[in-house]
Amino acid sequence: MEGNIVKLEFEALPENQGFARSVVSAYCVSLDPTLEELTEIKTAVSEAVSNAIIHGYERKGTGQIEMELKTMDKDKVYIKITDYGKGIRDIKKAREPMFSTEESREMSGMGFTVMESFVDKVFVESEPDKGTAVTLIKYLDTYYGV
Amino acid sequence: MDTIFYIKGDTLVVCLSGEIDHHVAEKIRNDIDDEIKLYETKNLIMDFSKVTFMDSSGVGVVLGRYKKVGELGGTVTIRNADRLVKQILDMSGIFSLMKYEETEN
Repeated sequence: MEGNIVKLEFEALPENQGFARSVVSAYCVSLDPTLEELTEIKTAVSEAVSNAIIHGYERKGTGQIEMELKTMDKDKVYIKITDYGKGIRDIKKAREPMFSTEESREMSGMGFTVMESFVDKVFVESEPDKGTAVTLIKYLDTYYGV
Repeated sequence: MDTIFYIKGDTLVVCLSGEIDHHVAEKIRNDIDDEIKLYETKNLIMDFSKVTFMDSSGVGVVLGRYKKVGELGGTVTIRNADRLVKQILDMSGIFSLMKYEETEN
């Protein structure tokens, strides 16, 4: 069961990190998440979009990022963030806590760790020089009965 | 989302505010480093009470300042972070390196 599909595309500019978070927020409102769930989703999206801007497109500020949102089974949010940049050579390594390709620039290397902690599923598909797609799935708490 | 600074003895207190992501992290870190240099303070307190959003870029800012301040023999203290901000800082082991405190506002 999938519904309410929204797709958008934006340029890999740093200021669009905030834009992506706002879009996701607006999308999720109708699903009635808790404030905490909403912040967790926004944080995971912020990490994925930052990765695309900083690593995928190497901070060049050019290139397109696609974001696809959909609702599954009424209480799961599906978010797919795709870039057509550099790609990840070693996905397993990239997902390790504290691993960063840019130690000198004070990157924490915690992007994937944060995503994994704040949403329920994180899928990464990537091919060097083709791009990366990160899929985030968040289950929202639903309340039944009185 | 302006960062507010004040000095208490040999400690620089930084009151961060608004949304902290990779877009603004660089400005925040430069602003803090400039103030430390200007006032030659030894210790640093980073207050997160006015922060409405933070992703892992905040971890980079904190760890980077910890290194800098530590080189000069000072300490860094984290103050007033909400649950999720704290969780992100905790994931990277920050609280095994520096103190955390809560104050009344």
